[in-house]
Amino acid sequence: MNQITLHQFQPRKSQKWWTKISLPWTVTVSYLSLILLLPIAALISKSLTLENAEFWQIASSPIALSAYEVTFITALIASLINGVMGTLVAWVLIRYEFPGRKIIDAAVDLPFALPTSVAGLALATAYSDKGLIGQFFAPFGIKIAFTRLGIFVAMLLISLPFVVRTLQPVLQEMERELEEAAWSLGASQLQTFWRVILPPLIPPILTGIALGFSRAVGEYGSVVLVAANIPFQDLIAPVLVFQKLEQYDYAGATVIGTVMLLLSLVLLLGINFLQQWGRRYAQK
Amino acid sequence: MLRNKLVLIVVALSYLFLVLFIPASTVFYEAFHRGINAFVAATTSREFLQAVKMTIIIAAIAVPLNTFFGLCAAWVIARNQFRGRALLISIIDLPFSVSPVVAGLMLILLYGRNGWFGNWLEIAGIKVIFALPGMVIATLFVTLPFVAREVIPVLEEMGSEQEEAARTLGASDWQIFWRVILPNIRWGLLYGVLLTNARAMGEFGAIAVVSGGIIGKTATLPIFVEQAYKNYQTEAAFGAAVCLGLLAAVTLILKEILERRTAIASK
Repeated sequence: MNQITLHQFQPRKSQKWWTKISLPWTVTVSYLSLILLLPIAALISKSLTLENAEFWQIASSPIALSAYEVTFITALIASLINGVMGTLVAWVLIRYEFPGRKIIDAAVDLPFALPTSVAGLALATAYSDKGLIGQFFAPFGIKIAFTRLGIFVAMLLISLPFVVRTLQPVLQEMERELEEAAWSLGASQLQTFWRVILPPLIPPILTGIALGFSRAVGEYGSVVLVAANIPFQDLIAPVLVFQKLEQYDYAGATVIGTVMLLLSLVLLLGINFLQQWGRRYAQK
Repeated sequence: MLRNKLVLIVVALSYLFLVLFIPASTVFYEAFHRGINAFVAATTSREFLQAVKMTIIIAAIAVPLNTFFGLCAAWVIARNQFRGRALLISIIDLPFSVSPVVAGLMLILLYGRNGWFGNWLEIAGIKVIFALPGMVIATLFVTLPFVAREVIPVLEEMGSEQEEAARTLGASDWQIFWRVILPNIRWGLLYGVLLTNARAMGEFGAIAVVSGGIIGKTATLPIFVEQAYKNYQTEAAFGAAVCLGLLAAVTLILKEILERRTAIASK
């Protein structure tokens, strides 16, 4: 209450409306417009200058369709697997004590800190036919580097931390009394997991999967190094945009770029929704 | 019970090693297994040093600018209630979900020869695309959210009572910022700056589009890694990769230290 009265006693200066806009507001709005919104406007306006028919023809050309398929299906499988494995990693890191746990916990963030071209180089080396890991697959005729499987591993790597990091704080705060109560009431371990532990973890797991998927779909650096980037085989949409730009095919790049921008906007909305759902869940 | 626990730990760790740790250590092995001399030769070439220089220049411009913006945006979001606040947060998060290549494409459509400002820039004789300015703008785009994201929760948690108290005691805006806000948010802010720097030095996709990736001229370290690898200069590629790998390691160590500080500060 005191604050309100204090403000009322401040002398009112006769000010023009623009002088009331403070520095942080000016900086935020102008910077966002200049760095973020202006480029997006350039992309959208360029795609609007194309004829509808032309747009659809490029957007649904066979090479584009195969690039979406490689990108989205591979990213989806990778993020789902990270949904399961990330949950397991988060669980193990929070609940169990073992030597080296703290170092491993810190190193889970490596994909955030490691430049993507280095990640790509690392995977291309380790998963090549003679590489540290690839050599065990080569005898069975499984090639990983420079195939679609390589893209899959790259997407696993770069989307790995999202589920772990979204889940850890929730697991940390979870009350263990609930589990113990379930046990004491005669629930089996599996029942306790499905009925008590898992339900509150679902929103953060889904958020982590969506974040990982969004990152994997847009990923360029590691994939371009670990894949052969051959059309209709292992060419992802971001690489297709890049190749079209290299051929000065601005219309083509714009169309595929716009499709990807729209998808990332949809994903952003979805992620926001999931996060709010999770917060509501946590407050109950 | 004990057996289950062991199985879970082994499965989780095997996954991490297979996808992350073994590939990452391969880089170090490849860089050094032919001796330290090959590494030194690779990292003292003119092209390599030029890439280091470009990487540092870009980070030195982009990190302070985005730190300043991030502080302003965080204050606007944490200290004001207004319509469209949630929308503003989403807009700031946008660079995380836009593919870096698409970000680069946008800049080409804006500043490239046939872009919106292409004509003006040509008349003024300013080269943005395939030159440093474009690379800085691309870096600004992809690293935009980090500082704001780290500072917003700290500002919200801290509340505005201390600022109001300082104001009633006659402190100016600058005094409030330096004496009240900054000491409270410093660890979160440093963490945001650290992430901004790591991404600024490591950005590949957006830079690859706008720089043209000319070795010895516009190539940054991540671009250098790719180009050298493609040209079968394996030593050079792994040498640069090790430098970037060390940067990542330092980032993670500093991050751990900052997280401990924050944990102590909030207790």
